Amino acid sequence: MTFSILLEQLFNGFQYGMLLFLMATGVTLVFGVMRLVNLAHGSMFMVGGYLASTAMQATGSFWIAALCALVGSAVLAAMLEILVVRPLYGRGHLDQLLATFGITLTLNELVVLVWGREPIFVKVPAMLSGHTDILGFPYPVYRLAITAVAVLAGLILMWLVARTRFGMLIRAGADNRTMVAGLGVNVTVLYTLVFALAALLAALAGMMSGPLIAMQPGVGDPILILTLTVVCIGGFGSLKGALVASLLIGMFDTFGRIFAPQWFGAAGNTLANMLVYVVMAAVLFFRPAGLFSSPGKHQ
Amino acid sequence: MSNRLQFFSRRQWLLWLLLALVLLLPLSGELYYVKLVTRMLIFAIAALSLDLLVGYLGLVSFGHAAFMAIGAYATGMLASQGYVSAWLAWPMAMLLGAAFALVAGVVSLRCSGLYFIFITLAFSQMVFYGAQSLRSYGGDDGFALDGASAIAPGLDMSDPMLLFYVSAAILLACLYISRRLVWSPFGRIAVAARDNEARLASIGVQAYPYKLLMFMISGAMASLSGALLANLTGFIAPGYVSWLVSGELLVMVILGSVGTLVGPVLGAAVFVGFEHALSDLTEHWMLVFGPLIVFRVLFLKDGIYGLFSRSGKDGREGEA
Repeated sequence: MTFSILLEQLFNGFQYGMLLFLMATGVTLVFGVMRLVNLAHGSMFMVGGYLASTAMQATGSFWIAALCALVGSAVLAAMLEILVVRPLYGRGHLDQLLATFGITLTLNELVVLVWGREPIFVKVPAMLSGHTDILGFPYPVYRLAITAVAVLAGLILMWLVARTRFGMLIRAGADNRTMVAGLGVNVTVLYTLVFALAALLAALAGMMSGPLIAMQPGVGDPILILTLTVVCIGGFGSLKGALVASLLIGMFDTFGRIFAPQWFGAAGNTLANMLVYVVMAAVLFFRPAGLFSSPGKHQ
Repeated sequence: MSNRLQFFSRRQWLLWLLLALVLLLPLSGELYYVKLVTRMLIFAIAALSLDLLVGYLGLVSFGHAAFMAIGAYATGMLASQGYVSAWLAWPMAMLLGAAFALVAGVVSLRCSGLYFIFITLAFSQMVFYGAQSLRSYGGDDGFALDGASAIAPGLDMSDPMLLFYVSAAILLACLYISRRLVWSPFGRIAVAARDNEARLASIGVQAYPYKLLMFMISGAMASLSGALLANLTGFIAPGYVSWLVSGELLVMVILGSVGTLVGPVLGAAVFVGFEHALSDLTEHWMLVFGPLIVFRVLFLKDGIYGLFSRSGKDGREGEA
């Protein structure tokens, strides 16, 4: 195990963690503001990836593809919010869970209908292909680009939540919906925007993951489960928790896959696969509501 | 308690009629339908076990498929070793299911609400990867059941009629036990813990051991259904633990209506029936079924069970 491999994996872990963060912020934001558990979030990842790959093939332009994926997913999410999700606010978690589960099943099948069951492989855009030199070892430019975009998106999001009027309303809505509505804010539209924003972030993650993992129906499902794991560890509704837990899981998963097989032989692979969930169980054993859940606001 | 008195209320006789019809089905000699109904019965056992948690403890387990898989794998692995006796394999399956519930429960039951939902999902993912790593049992591809479980020499589950009646008997037994259980002092404490744990604690009752025991009972029951499912399909694979199966089990419970025991049984039957009928029509049956689930959640106040008894609920819906 040389230093350069270790460093490379550190970069990979960070990149993976930031990708998870993009997903986790969506779930935690939607929960924090609307008190809604959204299992359809993985579908937005999938739809984003598929839209990007199709637009890329049709136009050849990376930018048009990105625009299609982001706008397309946001519009789809807004439609879903208006048609299906809106009546779910204020319902029990079980109802929310099952309705969004139904959406996931439907969208998975819709993807089969439109794009077929065969995995679609997406090529890395030409300007981001190849390797670059970091401290003397070659590292794929594309992965660096993903990390950069994810970090940028995270910063924009934090600026949005902490510094803008929209963000102020989001935070206020999370604390007291009735009061915000009473002050003349159109909470209904606000919720639709938040839901679309979450979908946009998921689509961004899906779009960027396209060249790393093949797109296939249900591709968002495992990502969704990991995202939920991250959000639980961080604490539902906490953006800070989402960031910390994403990086934690990104690192644990990446390094687990390297070290566990070395240390434990054949059983190591199994252990590496399970590691994320073991970490979650350990965290929740000591902190049953995640690392950063705010008291009084949990669940 | 009024519910008990209403047990034979106006529309309950429909349920008994339904039961009689189901039990007479094999006389028709249509093996195809016997197998389909057996599948319904088996999933009914699993849905019933899940209702014990969701309906009576207010705990939504999103990993219940893990128990079914544990039961199926226990049965399959014992059969591969040459042990096909149902009297060994099935108690073993239930024991392992209860043991896993104990381990998972010790951690999960510290959490509530959403955290419980997703920690159970996490445990089922662990089982998934565990099953996947069993190379000598086919790994990702799974393995065929070496020999059907036998209740006596020469009497084994490869006979669809026998499997049908055994599944029906087990389902009825589970229904009876569950009904006794939830109306026992034990069950009443569980319901009290669901409704107001703080108040229960203030009169000096710790909810945790009751929850844990209920979780283990539920796990054992679901494992038994997994053992039966392995006999029905003759095939065991990590796919048993898919999060989709766990989700579908929850759909069955809510289809029938939560916290009624009989409801989830009907829910499972309707679910399996729908799945079957729709997949006959089109390969893309999920496009119909997915929206149906959404429709059920959004627009139907009561599940199917509500059609049979207007005030049939043993309590309000569990607030997850």
